[in-house]
Amino acid sequence: MLYSDKVLDHFQNPRNVGEVENANAVGTVGNAKCGDIMQMSMRIENDIIVDVKFKTFGCGAAVATSSMATELVKGKTIKEALELTNKAVMEALDGLPPVKVHCSVLAEQAIRAALADYYRRQGIDPEPIVGKIEELDHDDEHDFGH
Amino acid sequence: MQKRIIYVDNAATTPLSKEAFEAMRPWLTERWGNPSSIYSIARDSRRAIEKAREDVAAAIGAKPDEIYFTSGGTESDNWAIKSTAKAFASKGRHLITSAIEHHAVTESMESLKSEGFEVTILPVDKYGLVDPAELEKAIRPDTILISIMTANNEIGTIQPIAELAEIAHKHKVLFHTDAVQAVGHIPVNVEELKVDMLSMSAHKFHGPQGVGALYIRKGIRIPPLLHGGGHERGRRSGTENVAGVCGMAAALKHAIETMPETSARLARLRDRLIEKILQIPHTQLTGHPEKRLPGTVSVVINYIEGESIILLLDRYGICASSGSACTSGSLDPSHVLLAIGLPHEVAHGSLRITLGDDNTEEDVDFIAEKLVEVVEKLRAMSPLWKG
Repeated sequence: MLYSDKVLDHFQNPRNVGEVENANAVGTVGNAKCGDIMQMSMRIENDIIVDVKFKTFGCGAAVATSSMATELVKGKTIKEALELTNKAVMEALDGLPPVKVHCSVLAEQAIRAALADYYRRQGIDPEPIVGKIEELDHDDEHDFGH
Repeated sequence: MQKRIIYVDNAATTPLSKEAFEAMRPWLTERWGNPSSIYSIARDSRRAIEKAREDVAAAIGAKPDEIYFTSGGTESDNWAIKSTAKAFASKGRHLITSAIEHHAVTESMESLKSEGFEVTILPVDKYGLVDPAELEKAIRPDTILISIMTANNEIGTIQPIAELAEIAHKHKVLFHTDAVQAVGHIPVNVEELKVDMLSMSAHKFHGPQGVGALYIRKGIRIPPLLHGGGHERGRRSGTENVAGVCGMAAALKHAIETMPETSARLARLRDRLIEKILQIPHTQLTGHPEKRLPGTVSVVINYIEGESIILLLDRYGICASSGSACTSGSLDPSHVLLAIGLPHEVAHGSLRITLGDDNTEEDVDFIAEKLVEVVEKLRAMSPLWKG
């Protein structure tokens, strides 16, 4: 399996890793059973994503798509961020192997999950705005037996 | 400066030994005769193949006419399983295997299901061992074949093959073993193990890729898998891979001669590396602590994912592997890791390091040192890690 140089770069030197302090939008998608979890945290001010960071459990492509997605939405308006597609993430990474396309879908979903959380915090039903997202159920987040 | 490569994926393939290369060279250059032809250069090829057959037979305690050269482990497994099923279908249509076999065995078994055969898959314990009592319970009057691997490719666990084969024979059932990871690494003798068929592959013991053998005990008749010009005494058609079988025989001879020294050295390196890796919090050894291949280090590292570990180790020139879903091209991690009872999320963090002849203590210490950095880096970005 061949990763593009861009995928390898974003995997080895991921941008925006961590958790945003004073985040007002946090979303987590995926599940450990399938081997991918992405968490996005954002600080949104005046409809603009002023800061965004990610944490990911997953393969090289999962990390690279998370990293690229943060770059693509940082400094953008909510409306622009909602227009981000998995295809755009893939293109920005010069493509992904076919078995890894689902990682780019997860990255798109993680951005949407964070934005959904932003609306929910304001008492607004996010579904009409961001669409339906399968967010992580925190009760069965993982079972490492420790 | 060229990056130093530390190759520790010897269960995947091994570098060709000097002995194997020298044994192959003439048959790749000035001596090309087809062993089936009758002129003198062809007779040289024929003699070389028969000498190789004697050497391979001697290495596993077999007779030369019990060795059939094939294209490798996969063909040997397919042949043993599918042709035994075909030959004995009138006697019964039930086969038994284990939950941790190589895909060449599991998929061969699977293919027989559509032809009306039934397959019982024996569970293994947390170390990957098959329970002989479970095997005996699974045998039915219509059981025709049992196939259980000698040593596992992912976790290195070595099965009690002699004991399992004895149970098979008590019930008059044929016993095949995939010994691809064992031959050339631990003592394998078909007379002591009492197996009826045994698969091996040259590139796992420093021979060339694309050549292997199936041992078939004298007196057992199974039809060919490949039909054609009647090579290998009518049982495996196809012009012989002269260079390949000569390389295989030379590699195996060398592996057997150096085994006592090599296996003791690798076991020391293996245990040193395991000890160092297990000092990293939330890691766990997979496979049996003692009954394991001398070069196999296999662990799971919690809260991170295997492919990521492999990619970061590669930056330091370390070539290792993982049984995570992302390295298998599916959503499920390796069936072996699930069979030993690991939850999916833990199995995704698997790391397999298989040491070989060229590895040194320095390599092992370098791997351990870099692995600590890699794990720290990946855990720092894992949403599961609460440090």
